[in-house]
Amino acid sequence: MPVDKVVQSFAQAVEDVPNGAVIMMDGFGGAGGMPQQLILALRDQGARELTIISNTGGLVGFGVIAGQPSVTHGILIESGQVKRVIASFPVSRSPSQPNPFELAYNRGEVDVEVVPQGTLAERIRAGGAGIAAFYTLTGVGTDAAEAKETRTIDGRDYLMEYALTADYAFIRASKADHRGNLVYRGTSRNFNQLMAAAARLTIAEVDEIVEPGRLDPEAVITPGVYVNRLVKR
Amino acid sequence: MNKPRLDREVIAMRVANELADGDYVNLGIGMPTLVSQFVPEGRTVIYHSESGVLNYGPLEAEGKADVDLINAGGQFLLPVPGMAFFNAAEAFAMIRGGYIDVSVLGAFQVSERGDLANWMLRDRGTGNIGGAMDLAAGAKRMIVAMEHTDTQGGPKIVRQCSFPLTGRGCVSLIVTDVAVIEVTPSGLLLKEVAPGWTAEDVQEITEPTLRIDAGLREIAL
Repeated sequence: MPVDKVVQSFAQAVEDVPNGAVIMMDGFGGAGGMPQQLILALRDQGARELTIISNTGGLVGFGVIAGQPSVTHGILIESGQVKRVIASFPVSRSPSQPNPFELAYNRGEVDVEVVPQGTLAERIRAGGAGIAAFYTLTGVGTDAAEAKETRTIDGRDYLMEYALTADYAFIRASKADHRGNLVYRGTSRNFNQLMAAAARLTIAEVDEIVEPGRLDPEAVITPGVYVNRLVKR
Repeated sequence: MNKPRLDREVIAMRVANELADGDYVNLGIGMPTLVSQFVPEGRTVIYHSESGVLNYGPLEAEGKADVDLINAGGQFLLPVPGMAFFNAAEAFAMIRGGYIDVSVLGAFQVSERGDLANWMLRDRGTGNIGGAMDLAAGAKRMIVAMEHTDTQGGPKIVRQCSFPLTGRGCVSLIVTDVAVIEVTPSGLLLKEVAPGWTAEDVQEITEPTLRIDAGLREIAL
């Protein structure tokens, strides 16, 4: 991996994404944590049969300031590039206002695995940390327990959940240095920090890239070891 | 039952009464979000959101929206002193780890044993679990805030949930537009009724048999 991770364009950053890739993206679902330029570049690049691991299925207007344009991975679903979504909040709150994911799901074009949000976060964390699986109390006695190993530990029932990894993670951070150390802003850290570690190739979309030494090491949330490519907005 | 029911703000006000000074509280999307407006003076409640923030302020005033400061419903928040940010795994470690004193959620159905169904309407084919299953498993106390009956007038408090479950035996208190009901090991205990409502009126639109609290009273705000 080159020491300097800066790539000159979003198109260049996503050019090697193959058909069938598994990609993590989306922060929490709002405009703040969404790698919007990477998503646009991937739509233009055209890779298909993608699996998207994200908190949402691409919500319309969620965490978006009125009147400001906002892109989600919903555009990849609309362009027919996605075959499967793993998410905790795939559809809109109201069935009467379906998002692009739900429309595609109802047409039978895209498959979904709905995962409790904390389990999704922990599966991604585990994937980045070399933990193959873990036991959680979330989902015991519900449909989420279907076909899963359960174990009673100290008198309480737990479900076994497997780690999640991906081929790529598209990350949205606030600031980076050239070595790939990342700083986030507010609630936009969310899944981004976890996903950065859980993919074989992590691409970060940032507002500002500074020289090493200009980020406070105490403030770095994602150390550069997890990051392969950086693109400035 | 055509007697007047409480509106969403009053339900939220009644729920807010349950929050104690110093509680760490997670408010679900929809009606539960309103609760923060009605916490009685003199009590400081610290809010937790799955979006990765602890001790957030009120919803943003017009024109101050920041896309990097949202709650789990995607609403914009105002910063307050003492706020902390963290990633999603940590947000849920706090929930499963037992650090959240009170969770307030909406529901499609609650059973007489305190089972909660709130993530999927069967005919939709899929739904949003979000953080609800983790809160059902990990919050110290869960309060459900909801209308007492569904849009067709059918009971939402049922013997057994027919919708997919969010959690089993996780609900402690149900606050509706006509009643306050506690979930106890020996079934549902009717503690408060809306003005003009009797215990019989509430029972008529509730599937399981309610026990009537000796101190049954009008909903106190």
